[in-house]
Amino acid sequence: MTPQAANKPYKLPPPLFSARCSACWFTAAVVLLVTASFWTLNLQWAEFFSLDAARSMGRFLAEFFPPDLSPAFLSRVGWATLETLAMSALGTLMAAVAGLALALPASRLNPGSQAGPSAWARAPTRLLLNALRSIPELVWAALLLISAGLGPMAGTLALALHTTGVLGRLFAESVENAPAGPAQALRTQGIGPLRIFLYATLPQVLPQLLSYTLYRWENNIRAAAVLGVVGAGGLGQLLSFHMGLFHMGKTCTILGAMLLLVALVDALSHGARRVLTR
Amino acid sequence: MNTATRAATLRDPAWAGRVWWCSVALVLLWPLAVATEFRPWVLFEPSNMKISARFIASFFPPVLNGEFLALVAREAWRTVAIATAGLSLALVLAIPLTLLSTSALSVSALSGRMAPGPFWFRQVLRWLLIVLRSVPELVWALVFVRVVGLGPTAGVLAIALTYGGMLGKVYGEILESGEAHPTQTLMRNGSGRLQALFYGLLPQNAAELSSYTVYRWECAIRSSVVLGFVGAGGLGQQLDNSMKMFNGGEVATMLLVFMALVALADRVSASLRKALG
Repeated sequence: MTPQAANKPYKLPPPLFSARCSACWFTAAVVLLVTASFWTLNLQWAEFFSLDAARSMGRFLAEFFPPDLSPAFLSRVGWATLETLAMSALGTLMAAVAGLALALPASRLNPGSQAGPSAWARAPTRLLLNALRSIPELVWAALLLISAGLGPMAGTLALALHTTGVLGRLFAESVENAPAGPAQALRTQGIGPLRIFLYATLPQVLPQLLSYTLYRWENNIRAAAVLGVVGAGGLGQLLSFHMGLFHMGKTCTILGAMLLLVALVDALSHGARRVLTR
Repeated sequence: MNTATRAATLRDPAWAGRVWWCSVALVLLWPLAVATEFRPWVLFEPSNMKISARFIASFFPPVLNGEFLALVAREAWRTVAIATAGLSLALVLAIPLTLLSTSALSVSALSGRMAPGPFWFRQVLRWLLIVLRSVPELVWALVFVRVVGLGPTAGVLAIALTYGGMLGKVYGEILESGEAHPTQTLMRNGSGRLQALFYGLLPQNAAELSSYTVYRWECAIRSSVVLGFVGAGGLGQQLDNSMKMFNGGEVATMLLVFMALVALADRVSASLRKALG
């Protein structure tokens, strides 16, 4: 007699190679995707790992040194860094204002009732926010160069457009999730929607809106540093300019400034988060 | 009650302060606007308006002939392929670095502090991960385009390096944040580090690790489009070419395809992450 379990097992895992085993299908799909990717891309590994490539890579890296540290150039890099910071700050600020303006029609302000004043505008606003969000900053910048011209303004507007999409969605969610009590109390007193928002909803969600905005600002500083490679101002524009002219010493300085900026922002946000959550 | 007293009783006590802070903010904004050469009226100058209007008008209708759509489909696949290949190379880089740098698998840390040798070894590997992560992938791509030439190889390498750093760092954090008890018990009872990994650490963290990897795959698709703008192949490079030729119809088609691609990746990754738990 075969031994029997005292309690019947509740549910057996499916057999490993059965057609119902979703993990197998998942693994097979991943393997297929990865193989197909490497197969169709015809990557030039041979050229990359050849002695010739190693030598040219070495020569290329050697050209980076010494970095150009003359005071005149350093001050230009400093100004470009300030420009990058200003681009990210102004872009984030405009995005916060525009995002809040779009979050109101995009959110269900009056919970439980479908026929709010903004019910008809919700779907198109959400579509607009999704469209703004799904196009990356760099693509926006390249598009805006045509009407705004080369320079930091195109970059600022590009950051503002993409971030409006991101912040608008986040703001709409936090406005929807705010406790409804205070707004309801004002509404029963017959107070208009604008003042309900200003005096009941906004004070409750303001800290969350601020923290979302600061988080996006941190992201935007990083984005603004590289945005310029299409010609939209800041450190990136300086980088692509000097790299295009093969000024490798100057390129090295700019890369150093970029890394320093990113590391500084990382450290500051890490420190601030640690202080605030303690 | 006449209107004057009514206005007086309804006066907002915080009004003066709000006006003051708003004007201070406006004064502080001025240098920002100067530094970014922010002159929005430039957008509305007649000559500029004419160019923008012509470009935007050329978006309609989007180019939809068969030949161009086939090209777009091929480039969209290349974008996905660059992201996938880059992420698999990133995993090849990240997994060993994580296993070497995570303190969850330290034998000497079982009894008090970690020994100085292993501690500094792990610290150096962590710094390496941070450096890999903090160079933006666009910069890696710019550098590799110079070395290996235009094409997808630069994009794959750029994604591999940046995402290798990101994955390695986050994998380490995930492994260290989980319940340490089973792993430590295994190692205390004489199992090797790999055994402790497979029977202690991985079973409890596998879902989180794989769902983070899927999320990063989604991000890699987005950034592989952007990498195309510096010549790393895929949809981005085609988009850049069409923009430079002011071919609005092609730009419109590719933007639509790109948005659909991102939405699809978003959907696939969300459902996969839900299935992974």
